[in-house]
Amino acid sequence: MEHIVVCGASLAGLRAVETLRRDGFAGRLTLVGAEAHEPYDRPPLSKDYLAGKADREKITLRQQGLDELDVDLRLGVAAHDLDVAAHTVGVGDDTVAYDGLVLATGAHPRPLPDQPDLDGIHLLRTVEDSQRLMTLLGSEARLCVIGAGFIGAEVAATARGLGRDVTVLEALPQPMVRGVGETIGSVLARLHRTHGVDLRTHVEVRAIAGTGRVERVELGDGTAVACDAVLVAIGAVPTTDWLTGSGLTVDNGVVCDATLHAAPDVVAAGDVCRWPNPRFDDELMRIEHWTNAAEQGLHAARSLLAGDAAEPFTAVPYVWSDQYDVKIQCAGRFGGDDRIEFVHGTADDDRFVAIFERHGRISGVLGFSQPRRVIQYRKLIADLASFDEALAFAAANP
Amino acid sequence: MKVVVDFDKCESNAVCMAAAPEVFEVRDDNFLYVLQEEPPESLRDKVEEAASTCPTGAITIEG
Repeated sequence: MEHIVVCGASLAGLRAVETLRRDGFAGRLTLVGAEAHEPYDRPPLSKDYLAGKADREKITLRQQGLDELDVDLRLGVAAHDLDVAAHTVGVGDDTVAYDGLVLATGAHPRPLPDQPDLDGIHLLRTVEDSQRLMTLLGSEARLCVIGAGFIGAEVAATARGLGRDVTVLEALPQPMVRGVGETIGSVLARLHRTHGVDLRTHVEVRAIAGTGRVERVELGDGTAVACDAVLVAIGAVPTTDWLTGSGLTVDNGVVCDATLHAAPDVVAAGDVCRWPNPRFDDELMRIEHWTNAAEQGLHAARSLLAGDAAEPFTAVPYVWSDQYDVKIQCAGRFGGDDRIEFVHGTADDDRFVAIFERHGRISGVLGFSQPRRVIQYRKLIADLASFDEALAFAAANP
Repeated sequence: MKVVVDFDKCESNAVCMAAAPEVFEVRDDNFLYVLQEEPPESLRDKVEEAASTCPTGAITIEG
């Protein structure tokens, strides 16, 4: 390969570029990013950066700069018009020929259906989004967060830390109930309420209303939440609209094989990648978390260089979330219907570990401020340990 | 190869421990301990994975 183009200049794209150089790729490298910034870190955008505790420089991903990577940076331009058969991709006004391509264009937040065009309605993805929200949180604004997932919960926690009035609206009976089940969902609900969030679950958002700028969120039961700003945090969609007609299979992400190849000489990584994970019975996964982007960026680069000899990507998904003074960590694959067992502490404790069972195996682990133990169970998940083996491990390591 | 951890950045997520348990250990006190500051070359891949997947970018490799 003479020329590799990496589309997407965030974490996955950067890790791919770094890995290509580290593994000895000496050809031309082009890194294309729709945002006008060098790669930066997104998790602080809902936490320390939003709170004003981390400055702009601190969230730059590669502190030593990009010079030694010898990469042609094309920032502030989106990739377009990919033609897999011709091995070309549009970059700004140019059509660029590639020998290898890494797709890492990420995801973007989903707005509400019929979301009105009012001042004070926010989505959160970019550093500019975070800056706008930060300005708002510096005032006495009352914030209403729609969606109690990771982003919504983290922003709520940060806003409470700054002393703001926060209401969180969630359509389901508990926060993140689909992902973690009723039991953990109720623990998360308690965490928010203990910290002064007005959490309202099982509510339907009918409309965001106001004249010129947002004044209230109207609910299905006829009541309304008065507020000065709204954060819509109801999930993200993979950024694949530019791939229509490219020759790739797009279905809730770029569909790849187990080695992260979407086509010959094309690999994908990060939020945009959907691949069958051999570690979980080849379940098609698309993961919108930091660690996955880092690990997949690395793996996709190696896969691209290896071609037919590429190896499957078998990582156990991992995500952390800092909310208030709790470090929440999850690893593996689990849903609200899976059997759950508390193996260290209980749902009433500040620190605990719970594990999940699927098909007789330990499929997931979730911990509150127990990083060492979460990582130990992540290892058991990676080793395809049975649920009984995990319980025995817990008993032997009280 | 020398492993350097910026303990001002480290938040004890323990992801490094998953990648390279021979080198990194988060103990029950929730602090990270570097078991080998100069690990052998045979561990380079694992240590590089630990560095590139550290959520806070706290790990660097010299040499």
